[in-house]
Amino acid sequence: MRIELIKRGTPSATLRYLSPIIGLTLAVITGAIMFAIMGKDPAVALYVYFVEPLTEAWSVHELLIKAAPLILMGAGLSVCYLSNNWNIGAEGQFIVGALAGSIFPVLFTGFDSFIVLPSMVIFAMVGGALYAGIPALLKAKFNTNEILTSLMLVYVAERLLDWLVRGPWRNPGGMNFPESVRFPEFARIPQLMPADGRANWGFIASVIVAIAIWVMLSRTLKGFEVKVIGTSPRAGRFAGFSATNMIFFSFMLAGACAGLAGIIEVAGASGQLRPIISPGYGFTAIIVAFLGRLNPLGAIVAGLVLALTYLGGEAAQISLQISDKATRVFQGALLLYVLACDTLILYRVRFTRTPRATVEAAE
Amino acid sequence: MKTTLLTTLATATALSLTMAPAAFAQQDTAEACFVYVGSATDGGWSQAHDEARQAVDEHFGDAVTTRYVESVPEANSEGTIERLARSGCDIIFTTSFGFMDPTIAVAERFPDVKFEHATGYKTADNVTVYNSRFYQGRYIQGQIAASVSETGTAGYIASFPIPEVVQGINAFLLGAQSVNPDFSLKVVWVNSWYDPGAEADAAKVLIDQGVDVITQHTDSTAPVQEAEARGIKAFGQASDMIEAGPTAQLTAILDTWAPYYIERVQAVLDGTWESESNWDGLADGILTMAPYTNMPDEIAAMAEETEEAIKSGELVVFTGPITKQDGTVWLEEGEVADDGTLLGLNFYVEGVDDQLPQ
Repeated sequence: MRIELIKRGTPSATLRYLSPIIGLTLAVITGAIMFAIMGKDPAVALYVYFVEPLTEAWSVHELLIKAAPLILMGAGLSVCYLSNNWNIGAEGQFIVGALAGSIFPVLFTGFDSFIVLPSMVIFAMVGGALYAGIPALLKAKFNTNEILTSLMLVYVAERLLDWLVRGPWRNPGGMNFPESVRFPEFARIPQLMPADGRANWGFIASVIVAIAIWVMLSRTLKGFEVKVIGTSPRAGRFAGFSATNMIFFSFMLAGACAGLAGIIEVAGASGQLRPIISPGYGFTAIIVAFLGRLNPLGAIVAGLVLALTYLGGEAAQISLQISDKATRVFQGALLLYVLACDTLILYRVRFTRTPRATVEAAE
Repeated sequence: MKTTLLTTLATATALSLTMAPAAFAQQDTAEACFVYVGSATDGGWSQAHDEARQAVDEHFGDAVTTRYVESVPEANSEGTIERLARSGCDIIFTTSFGFMDPTIAVAERFPDVKFEHATGYKTADNVTVYNSRFYQGRYIQGQIAASVSETGTAGYIASFPIPEVVQGINAFLLGAQSVNPDFSLKVVWVNSWYDPGAEADAAKVLIDQGVDVITQHTDSTAPVQEAEARGIKAFGQASDMIEAGPTAQLTAILDTWAPYYIERVQAVLDGTWESESNWDGLADGILTMAPYTNMPDEIAAMAEETEEAIKSGELVVFTGPITKQDGTVWLEEGEVADDGTLLGLNFYVEGVDDQLPQ
């Protein structure tokens, strides 16, 4: 028996929504087998992985903390990818945004005013947008490959952060250890429900931004422009849309989102700058964007799901002593299946008994 | 599907029931938990902590259960530590500097859980800090290096310019100068704790510049392998690297956290645990030296003698006269550096051929 993939005339609308669920199911089966081989009860392991992190309020708060940057960056990157601009440097834009936003609490520690926090947010968004503007400019002016430039700028941003927290921005009272001063209370993003957990308004902001981008994409001319230029640059030109302007628009929008995510992380959960401020949120956000079908509302769901796998992996390590590597294999399987199942949207699977040679002869 | 879900829920309830009590059985049993920045099998820093965890397991048998979380990113570790605190751990060891503020923050919310943070400096009623005086081993290495070196120059592959690393560089050179006052030291910063490629490159550069002994404050075996290939001498770091350099390794500094962990977990069982600042060294067994190999007997004998002198307190590494790199006096004759200065050390002693990154 052979399995054949046959291209569909039109992408399947049903499978567009069903494919992530099929992928998830396959991942759960794979995970169960893997956990069973490791001698762990698969049912318990899967419970610990997917459900336990949601059973306590504080843990849900942690989920929101981890989801916020993923949602923001995933939504921003969706616009880039829809318009055929391959920005994979959200991690760097996140860092530069965090740095720009931290200018106030780090350099003007005593400046206590209601204006500080809004300024931090604006600085962060501008910082992230300008940093994303570099690969945009290079692409627009010199036709440079933006995948490479945006990625390379991640490493530049990482070094910049490293240098600042070890050098000029190092906490003078910190025994020479590489970290900034702790941000004063007025420069921290307020918590949502301090009695229950650490989640802050950053999550609400991320959802609002994602919805706003969705409205822009689906209800405005700009959104139409994004999609036209993405699917057919030639048609876009005929419609009078500028692909060059779109490069700047999409990059800088995604950069502003990443910058906002950066300041939410450091002024929210962390409260200070350290040599490393992101466990790779900017790269995970690329997966979030695709898992969310390049739809900002999808990014909200995908961001929450990926945040859950982080927490689940941790919970599995703690309560079942499943190695970090096993949980990462599981995460990898999950993403692989979900993305692989996308094939089903464009192709139909046919099981056939006919040997290949016959088919070719018939053709 | 429905039945699976029900079984899952049933198992889960059973699980949470078995997990609930544990902690409150006053001191008959305890749960000791560990947070690692790297993989538990990284062959260096985190592995040394995990080996000590296994020693705790073995030592206490059924009385103590241990659990760990590995590869925890220093960014945003607070949630991880909190999860451990909530899951019934009595004592939590957070084994990297970057976990300091998150440890303090979680400790504030869980006053009944004991926390031990490695290599930091912030304590609280339920937070102890602990570290090892690695620099004592560096002093011995410096003496050995100056004795076996023909070029009078050693190379130092360093990670990050934090006090702990600067202590090591200074101690190494002071040891070397006690044998050869003109000894000099070249330093290469690789800006990573673990980067075999960069560490090997650093070793090559140093060897090409004429050093014939290298030491490292990074965790991979690459420099020792490079030394082996080029026929020069080297020192292992964190664990015994003799297999990487059978004819190159002179000795190695070994992190042996087990005695400390056993002592602290025992204190939890006994109800005698208190917040402390522990900075132990060779004398306490938290730091040990690998066998002195690939050197003449008289040099090995000298190294052993120094090791004994440090253990007995007869020799204190940072004792004056010591001059800073800029030529000003740090310590007068007979003056001993206090721990506060050492914990914030940010300058070189005279003779280091490098500019300390600031």
